[in-house]
Amino acid sequence: MTQDEINEMLKSSAPGVVVNDEKPVRKSGFRSWLDGENDILYSHLKMKRSYEDHIKKEPTPMEHNIEKAKVRYAVYDIANNRELKIFRWVYRIAAILFCVALALALTFTVSYLPPVGDPGTPANSSEVVKRYVENGLGETGATNIVSGIILTYRAFDTFGETNVLFIATCCVMCMLLIDEKVLKGGADTDSKYEPKKDDILQITAKVLCPIIFIFGIYIILNGQLSPGGGFSGGAIMGAGLILFVSAFGFKTTQKFFNETVYKIAKITALCMYGLIGSYFYITGANGIANHIPLGIPGHILSGGIILPIDIAVGIEVACTMYAFYALFRRGGL
Amino acid sequence: MDFVRNFPAISILICMFAAIVSSGLKGRSARLLNTVLVLVVFALSLITFAWCIANGNYTVYVMGVFPAPFGNEIRFGVLESGMALFFSIIMMLSIWGGRQKMKDEVATDKEFLYYVFLNLLFSSLLALVYTNDLFTAYVFVEINTISACGIIVIRENGRTIEAGVRYMIMSLLGSGLLLLGIMMTYDITGHLLMSNIKESVEQIYTSGENLIPLVVTIALLTTGLAIKSALFPFHSWLPDAYGYSTVSSAAILSSLVSKGYIFLLIKIFYRVIGFDIIKASKLLNVLFVFGLIAMISGSMSAIRENDIRRMIAFSSIAQIGYIYMGFGMGTTAGMVASIFHILSHAATKSMLFISAIGLTDVSHGSRHFVDLTGSAHRNRIAGIGFLTGSLSMVGIPLFSGFISKLQFMDAAVSLSYRKMLPALIVLGVSTILNAIYFMKTVIRIYMPLDKLGANRAQADVATNTVPSTKRMGINGVVEENDVILFRQEKLYGFTIILFVTLNIALGVCSNTVLEWIRTGIRMFS
Repeated sequence: MTQDEINEMLKSSAPGVVVNDEKPVRKSGFRSWLDGENDILYSHLKMKRSYEDHIKKEPTPMEHNIEKAKVRYAVYDIANNRELKIFRWVYRIAAILFCVALALALTFTVSYLPPVGDPGTPANSSEVVKRYVENGLGETGATNIVSGIILTYRAFDTFGETNVLFIATCCVMCMLLIDEKVLKGGADTDSKYEPKKDDILQITAKVLCPIIFIFGIYIILNGQLSPGGGFSGGAIMGAGLILFVSAFGFKTTQKFFNETVYKIAKITALCMYGLIGSYFYITGANGIANHIPLGIPGHILSGGIILPIDIAVGIEVACTMYAFYALFRRGGL
Repeated sequence: MDFVRNFPAISILICMFAAIVSSGLKGRSARLLNTVLVLVVFALSLITFAWCIANGNYTVYVMGVFPAPFGNEIRFGVLESGMALFFSIIMMLSIWGGRQKMKDEVATDKEFLYYVFLNLLFSSLLALVYTNDLFTAYVFVEINTISACGIIVIRENGRTIEAGVRYMIMSLLGSGLLLLGIMMTYDITGHLLMSNIKESVEQIYTSGENLIPLVVTIALLTTGLAIKSALFPFHSWLPDAYGYSTVSSAAILSSLVSKGYIFLLIKIFYRVIGFDIIKASKLLNVLFVFGLIAMISGSMSAIRENDIRRMIAFSSIAQIGYIYMGFGMGTTAGMVASIFHILSHAATKSMLFISAIGLTDVSHGSRHFVDLTGSAHRNRIAGIGFLTGSLSMVGIPLFSGFISKLQFMDAAVSLSYRKMLPALIVLGVSTILNAIYFMKTVIRIYMPLDKLGANRAQADVATNTVPSTKRMGINGVVEENDVILFRQEKLYGFTIILFVTLNIALGVCSNTVLEWIRTGIRMFS
């Protein structure tokens, strides 16, 4: 795209902007940039959309507010709705009072709670904590006792928690998902206006993404040995995916991670967790011995059900992170 | 028969599996899976219920290898399994009743998400009913909240998204307070399992140490759940959320979601804190007062409402007030009345929402009273459903609402006069208010057909503000395609018939049901 075209565009789109019409004298690249004649951004980056469209589509904040006010006016009939006016005032005052009262009450209560870190407090001296600390290693096979607690002792809670992530993605999908056909046909999403080829970002991503993925996998697999596990490792993997997609765009990412892969990965991971969990709960409750070996604590293949569950949780969390990002940016995966 | 012990856990787990699998299915297969799931859970709950009655005692089921305070645990008796059975019936009927309407309300490519939400919502309701662990309860409260938001916003128009956001904010406030309460409970007792907390709480109460945090904890837990179940000052999200979401969602939200939270509150009263301590903490008096205010204010708002679905939604606020008033009485009789009212209100309110949609469908989709005139003649089965629901709400003998009102009166009479008088007076006034808005609607929808034109003309003359073109279009002439016969919507008609049967069954067999509730409460504590 030449300088002329850009000038033309700027003029037609924003009449207030004064554009220098003179042809730029050829100078060295650095010099021209220094003088403000040649913008490194415009001359090197490909713009998919013309500038004009972009400006036309985006309403100014004021227009946006006016439209919002109009909608509110029509929906709630604000001119004739005295009740709403009164309600709003009462609501604001009540909300402030409620918050202040809550804050005061909680501050007041905290001063009466048992001191933090005192070994004699009920939370620190109960039988549950004692057993977790003393027998945790022998019963769960995990040197990282936190993983032992959340994935073995309280596996059911964590299954619920993983489902919270799952349902949260479903909710976001329900609001933001756009049909793939519409997307392909050129729907108006944010990702259209973004620069497509950024050398710095791409090279950095090429170096960083493999490291991030390996680090994520390490954290997931080491969940039973050191701090980490499915949730944190999955978040790291998700961050890696997000970096990859921001550097190389959705088209490249979709070659290996599209909606089908996402669905298969997510459903397999959750079902795997569910099946292992159900096997564990039902055999345990009926007094049947389960055949998952605990392994030798400290080895990578140890911890009984912790490792497979960590992998499942890791996949689910990575998918969730990426899905949130993709849905908010593009309206699809 | 000992295998039945596994059924509650299995029913929770299969709901979660169904939700996970549904997320990869197309709309039709997800719908089929949901139907099968609800029927299976119904069967499992029925067997569990029968087993519990025969067993005569509660059952503890450990989820996993590790015994109770170390691992997770579910515990069930007559009340829990009965509640699960009842929830599955209402779930089934609500989904069937709204199925016909679904294709207008939810985009086809997102239909599978609706069933994901419903399945997970169902699993969370079952888990809330069965669990014996406060933290498990919190996890499933979270699932419940998010999926409830999902079933509101899935009908994508401005009002539902606004309502969904409002619901989410209020509901998260409630969850936050609940979580704070659970944290404080853990801090002062060192336990998350309900039975262990109860022992520690009794100790705290007798020794007097940590008494202030205990009182604040009770207040936080109660307030959190009261916000989530829309008790009076926190009800402003409710009319929009119930009024504009899809019809199945409205029925499920009003009759299951809020009831799940209320059931958790009952559980906290009996199992976590102990009913005697709750009574001594004077907290119940606060609930009593707010319950009374809700009964009046909800009905007043319903009377002024011009939109039939919002009217039904406002009536929910009043009915939630009844339930909290029953808690506030602080007696077992009051609690029994409240639990019966949970059943009766859930059965009636979902029926009202589903009949209302039948009535609005034959009135060009308008929900305003003027347009609903005579609509019961155009869709007779919906009219019958609405009539039954209204009679039950007002408290006419033979229907379930009568029994719950009778129980409330009965419980109120044995109280000290300072609580008895307000309870009886407000019950009386509230019944009259109920009668005003429900009978007004019933009379309007049963307006004879031949008078219709005349009525419209009068209404037009009286209110000049109404644009005449809109009136001319309808002008009392019932169009051919505007009438819905039973054979056109068999599933819908069948659902309404089941609802009516359920309502009358609750009203007629009330002694058995009440006996079950009393046994359940005995097993509970």
